Amino acid sequence: MIVLENLHKSFGPLEVLKGINLTVDKGEVVSLIGASGSGKSTLLYCINALETIDGGKVTVDGVDVHAKGTDINKLRQKLGTVFQQWNSFPHLTALENVALAPRVVSKFSRKDAQEIAAKQLTHVGLGDKLNHYPSQLSGGQQQRLAIARALAMEPTYMLFDEATSALDPELVGEVLDIMRMLASEGMTMIVVTHEMSFARDVSDRVAFFKKGVLAEIGAPEDVMNNPQDPDLQRFLSTIG
Amino acid sequence: MTDVFTTLQWSDLIFLLEGAWKTIQISVVSILLGTLLGMVFGWLMSLNNKLITFAVMAVLDVFRSVPLLIQLILFDSFVAIAGFPLPAFWSGTIVLIIYTASLVAVVVHSGIDAVPPGLRAAARCLGMSYWQEMRHVTTPVGLRTAFPSWLGVALATIKDSALVSAIGYVELLRASQILNTRTQESVKIMLLVGLIYFIISYPLSRLGARYEQRQKS
Ligand SMILES: Nc1ncnc2c1ncn2[C@@H]1O[C@H](COP(=O)(O)OP(=O)(O)O)[C@@H](O)[C@H]1O
Ligand SMILES: [Mg+2]
Repeated sequence: MIVLENLHKSFGPLEVLKGINLTVDKGEVVSLIGASGSGKSTLLYCINALETIDGGKVTVDGVDVHAKGTDINKLRQKLGTVFQQWNSFPHLTALENVALAPRVVSKFSRKDAQEIAAKQLTHVGLGDKLNHYPSQLSGGQQQRLAIARALAMEPTYMLFDEATSALDPELVGEVLDIMRMLASEGMTMIVVTHEMSFARDVSDRVAFFKKGVLAEIGAPEDVMNNPQDPDLQRFLSTIG
Repeated sequence: MTDVFTTLQWSDLIFLLEGAWKTIQISVVSILLGTLLGMVFGWLMSLNNKLITFAVMAVLDVFRSVPLLIQLILFDSFVAIAGFPLPAFWSGTIVLIIYTASLVAVVVHSGIDAVPPGLRAAARCLGMSYWQEMRHVTTPVGLRTAFPSWLGVALATIKDSALVSAIGYVELLRASQILNTRTQESVKIMLLVGLIYFIISYPLSRLGARYEQRQKS
């Protein structure tokens, strides 16, 4: 379970998160939607401690993410993160990209790590690309590689930050398919997205962000078909 | 009347090779220690701490901009005046180490800077510690940018080691000058000395060529 309590975050004078409360249960898929600059990415980075926080609390399975004694490297193994940019390691093959963290962090032998990697790459449909370098893969394939790389650490949660926004339109589908597959396998996911059909079809809940405030949250049919917040109504009509 | 000049002899070749050996010693020590020290400075600058970066830059700028010859003479005189005279080899090599380090620091800093921050964040998100990420992502990716520039610095260090002759150390260049004066066969000697410098640098050049080959494949 991921719990955000009265989470505050500022960049200098700019308050980006203004007291967010949100609980994500195991097995849930929560989509975060909202205008660019509303604080969605920052929220994810407060969960995996890429950003520090200024107030409130974030706990993951009861562990206070931002407490002094927390082993953040260990905690991050539970939190797979996929960014807008796929960030493939350019000097490694697909197989080595995925095997690196199991080998270095989880201390699997090279052979076992590669076995794990091959399994995850096959899972995301890249079983025939094991020995390709990232430069030989399309954006969609590299983003699936990034998902496999995160899955290889056997995370409890997956955080997606606009995972399809940097892709050519014709490559978006293959990545969304993998995300759908993960959701159907019961993965707990927090998904920042502009793909409204994905949010509507896959999410258990949709949360609308407005200038650092969680303005509306609920089942997709309520939030997306019957929005109460006037800004959400405007947002949905422009994007949908 | 006897000629004051004498012709080249076999013993002169030995004399040159002894000079070459000293050039190799100065170069190898300066490149190795200069690179290690430069890595530390380059890393310090990459920490994005304004104060540290400013302090390191200020110090290194001095070493980068004052001509090496002047640094050598100043340092050599300074240690002598301060009452710790060093053998010419060491006062020369210490200056060359610091000079090389100041150049390597820039190379290392830009190598680290060339690694996309997203790549580093992605590695950290997989649970890698700062040093695991440094070792397995930043180093190999940054080396692609840094290695060719480092090679340039290392080759320059070999050539710059000739300046240590200014404080009286008889390395390859100084040895050749001594022979020039005695034999007046400067063209022959310079050809030979040029060839020896080329041979000393050859392993590094080969390393560069092999690296480029590997990048292409
Ligand atoms: N590292 C940072 N330093 C300063 N301002 C930032 C930083 N990261 C994000 N911001 C600002 O915080 C606000 C929220 O950003 P972000 O969380 O990326 O929004 P979103 O993901 O919803 O588009 C924006 O105004 C952005 O400019
Ligand atoms: Mg964002």
